[in-house]
Amino acid sequence: MSDLNLNQNIDKPDDFYADLLSAHEGLSKAESDAFNARLILVLANHIGDREVIKDALEAAKI
Amino acid sequence: MLDDRYKLAFEAYPYERNSDQDADTPVRHPVVIMGGGPVGVATALDLGRQGIRAIVLDDHEGVGMGSRAICFAKRSLEIADRYGCGDPMLDKGVVWNVGKVFYEDRKVFEFNLLPEDGHKFPAFLNMQQPYFEQFMIERARELQAEGMPIELRGKNRVDGVVVKDDHVVLTVMTPEGPYTIEVDWLIGADGANSPLRGMMGLEFEGRVFEDNFLIADIKMKGDKSFPTERWFWFEPPFKSGSSTLLHKQPDDVWRIDFQLGWEIDRKEELKEENIRVRLDAMLGPEIEYEMVWSSIYTFQCKRMDRFREGRVIFAGDAAHQVSPFGARGANSGMQDVDNLGWKLGLVVQGKSPESLLDSYDSERVFGAEENIMNSTRSTDFITPKSEISKIFRNAVLNLSEKHAFARPLVNSGRLSVPCVYDGGVLNSSDDLHGGPDRTRPGAPCPDAPVGSGFLMAKLGDDFVVLAINADVPGMLEEAGITARVVSISTEDDSNGALADRYLGDAKSAVYLIRPDQHVATRMGAYDGMKLRSALRRATGQEV
Repeated sequence: MSDLNLNQNIDKPDDFYADLLSAHEGLSKAESDAFNARLILVLANHIGDREVIKDALEAAKI
Repeated sequence: MLDDRYKLAFEAYPYERNSDQDADTPVRHPVVIMGGGPVGVATALDLGRQGIRAIVLDDHEGVGMGSRAICFAKRSLEIADRYGCGDPMLDKGVVWNVGKVFYEDRKVFEFNLLPEDGHKFPAFLNMQQPYFEQFMIERARELQAEGMPIELRGKNRVDGVVVKDDHVVLTVMTPEGPYTIEVDWLIGADGANSPLRGMMGLEFEGRVFEDNFLIADIKMKGDKSFPTERWFWFEPPFKSGSSTLLHKQPDDVWRIDFQLGWEIDRKEELKEENIRVRLDAMLGPEIEYEMVWSSIYTFQCKRMDRFREGRVIFAGDAAHQVSPFGARGANSGMQDVDNLGWKLGLVVQGKSPESLLDSYDSERVFGAEENIMNSTRSTDFITPKSEISKIFRNAVLNLSEKHAFARPLVNSGRLSVPCVYDGGVLNSSDDLHGGPDRTRPGAPCPDAPVGSGFLMAKLGDDFVVLAINADVPGMLEEAGITARVVSISTEDDSNGALADRYLGDAKSAVYLIRPDQHVATRMGAYDGMKLRSALRRATGQEV
């Protein structure tokens, strides 16, 4: 079991950010909301570890 | 004065004058049960079979009209089988294993309950509630004929309750006027709107869900039919409701549930022509059917603070209510009876202290909490309460079509399984190294084939020392309570199910099993001291 990583972990962060925005390009607000929800579910499942997910839910609260 | 509040499916206990009505002073009875529904009659069966006089008072003369609960879980059937009425249920009920989930215009996935082999009863059996009640009432009549002290009094309405320290005084109204009786123990099995709860001024708190559901039970005409599967639509294309459930019952009857929303005109929606508009949109105009029963319901998830108030004990819907998703209403009521019956029996017979009944409260409150949590979660998925929860719900449904990971998140009801009393006050330690998790102390025993029969039938009604590949000196007696020995060798275990469910990695095991077939303790080999201590604890004599 590993802890939630809140340090930089993505190679080429600008490219990742551009990918994220481009995935939303041309979508309406409702479509973007739906996309984000699906993305969260896909990523959460990939993480799998519920403790890490709980920490992520906390971290996202700012 | 005693007008029917609902129509009867059939008459089962017509009013008859009883001797209490002619007594000069109020007669005292050990146990009276208020309510002749499934929970009340099951309680009478449980107590009557222990030789304890059980009187059911009901303000009607039989079983109410309407299919109502239709989905009976394995555990309820096992309990009914212990009472001697499981077989007619098995004959009548419809077994289903496949469920399909639809979202808008497409099927997103299907599941199979994949029933585990080696159980006498299937995971679920669908039948109209009146059948379930009928088989239990018929059993009660058989037991009466054998001299067991069960009495069902129709048109006997409890109008007054005075709770004393060691008994309860009841004023009972009948078509021939009132009479008074005293009872040592009063069981409130009088349903979701429990008049008893009202008369005692007890609170019933929880969450009300602002939604209406329309039930239509229909009988198909002609040869058109649907498979014996559970079909659930989220936001169906036929727009007959924001969700719809289709489920099979015996006699070619289908249950259809439409979610209508909160702001509706109940009276309009219940008109047959309006129900038919919804059904026709769903089934297509060419399908002919007859309407058998319809109703609109709203639901709540709530429970009483305590299920025991001195000499009064509540069970079933009177004590707790859940949404129908998951079939946790009648099924949890049967588990209440299962838990209460033997405990009340021991207390009435003077073998256990009254405090044993507090474990009914703690164990069944625990069960009710689990049911409320599951049914609340299902309801939040089926009827999302905010914009974002709907967005996530639909995201899950869309993903479930393509990706397996999302399917377990789809929640159209988490179907009833009996609760494990983890940490329960009656449990003793788990000393079976390598023993399976599913049979840990507090867990209900899973069935398994043994020889040509089933394990459940061998366990039965009393405390049992279950020895598997282990030597046991003989029956266990402690503080006036006897535990029978059931000795089994894995040589009688043809498909390995018994070993899988009760031994795990262990070579041998000794279990102490309660009369409701929950595990009290387990160990690798016979240890008389430990078993005696566990028996005392499980009967409330050692805390």
